[in-house]
Amino acid sequence: MTRRYSALSLFKEGLAGQTGWKQAWRSPEPKLSYDAIIIGGGGHGLATAYYLAKNHGITRVAVLEKGWIGGGNTGRNTTVVRSNYYYPESVELYGLAHRLYEGLSKDLNYNVMLSQRGMVNLCHSTAEMEIGARTVNAMQINGIDAELFSPEDVRRVAPVYNFSPDARFPVFGGIWQGRAGTARHDAVAWGYARAASRLGVDIIQNCEITDFITEGGRCRGVQTTRGAIRADRIGLAVAGHSSVLAAKAGFRLPINSYALQACVSEPVKPILDTVVLSPGCGVYVSQSDKGEIVIGGGLDRIPSYAQRGNLPTLESVIAGLLEMFPIFGQLKLMRQWAGIVDVVPDSSPIIGPSPLPNLFLNCGWGTGGFKAIPAGGTLLANLLATGKHNDISRPFDLDRFAAGRLIDEAAGSGIAH
Amino acid sequence: MQLFPCPFCGPRDETEFHYGGDAGNARPDGADVPTDRWAGYLYRRGNPKGTAREIWVHMSCGEFFVMERDTVTHMVLSSTALGGEHAA
Repeated sequence: MTRRYSALSLFKEGLAGQTGWKQAWRSPEPKLSYDAIIIGGGGHGLATAYYLAKNHGITRVAVLEKGWIGGGNTGRNTTVVRSNYYYPESVELYGLAHRLYEGLSKDLNYNVMLSQRGMVNLCHSTAEMEIGARTVNAMQINGIDAELFSPEDVRRVAPVYNFSPDARFPVFGGIWQGRAGTARHDAVAWGYARAASRLGVDIIQNCEITDFITEGGRCRGVQTTRGAIRADRIGLAVAGHSSVLAAKAGFRLPINSYALQACVSEPVKPILDTVVLSPGCGVYVSQSDKGEIVIGGGLDRIPSYAQRGNLPTLESVIAGLLEMFPIFGQLKLMRQWAGIVDVVPDSSPIIGPSPLPNLFLNCGWGTGGFKAIPAGGTLLANLLATGKHNDISRPFDLDRFAAGRLIDEAAGSGIAH
Repeated sequence: MQLFPCPFCGPRDETEFHYGGDAGNARPDGADVPTDRWAGYLYRRGNPKGTAREIWVHMSCGEFFVMERDTVTHMVLSSTALGGEHAA
């Protein structure tokens, strides 16, 4: 019976022995044709389907996922949500995502556990402090909350950092965004899937694209492991595998795929209630709601499609972590994993029409796709519904590489690319 | 830890190597190269899933070479000097 989540429904289900919960989303057989197809059942693909239905009234939509919902990068990231970027184009994009995240639990009727615990990007020298001040100024001018932290401010939010006089990376201050934080990554995928399914979207798992159907030079559908499915509007949101599908569609993208690793420690009592990033150590870290220390770092050194990561990068990340927090040397590492990310030369995403008409792109998020999910979904939905850019997605079109209008946010990503 | 074969030095630790891009990505020549051709050379990549032919540099000896590698299994299939005279 229970379809809408609330305190009352929890109470009722408690009395009824939890027997009335319905499955969160339907798993229908694929139809022969749809108004729109979205390739990729990750956060961006599911969000696209949801906003297509909600914002544009297009509900005959299929999301095709080769594995299972949330089994790719959506379930492999470090759950950080932030919008501390430098260029106005990026601020518009990530600011939109951040605002939507703040209302997402209510919008989806699904608790995505957004925790705005703040984030500090550390500065380890006077030169880094000058760059930090410049970034804070840019963020404030662009209307994003930002504060330049002194060493005392950093000590207040992260007292377990290595503040000893012989620390290899002493703290000179930092860039603080108080609205940044974390969200539960699986819940974002499941929440969008549930909300999209309730609006009529078909979510089809275990359905891999084998080829594109093209007629008259336009994309008219896809061949899949579950048969041909046709639509005149097709969105591609497959992160690290964008190049593979682009090759099937007959074009190349400015993307290299790399593994990006993360790991978590055993759960411990609350010790770190903010997100701390050190560009010097190449590490960022937060504590999950379960108590695990969640550790992320830079890209792997070699282009790769292997979802596991290599040892030298993990070693340098752990070494950096222990420079920052010697106290974490006592922790046991519980899990390590990697996701395949699509890295673009200017570290900004690609959103817009592809060289194959009717096929639209949402890719190139590199190491930072999770925080952008609501914006990526909104913008790809807008492209599929109208066929045109809006002001926010326009600068991120594929044509910027031929035009030379790159949006070089390598610094904004905070981690070396 | 993986060993990569340098055609000049033999198998060495992977941390001694640096990735240098697609093999066979020739720089366009001439005065009137269209912008799209430049964009292709500078930015667009094959990025294959499976066998890839790539330029690598062995930072210890400074030599550039072509390595054929599987991007899923990380198995090295061949390693040849750019001129083709050395092979490991």
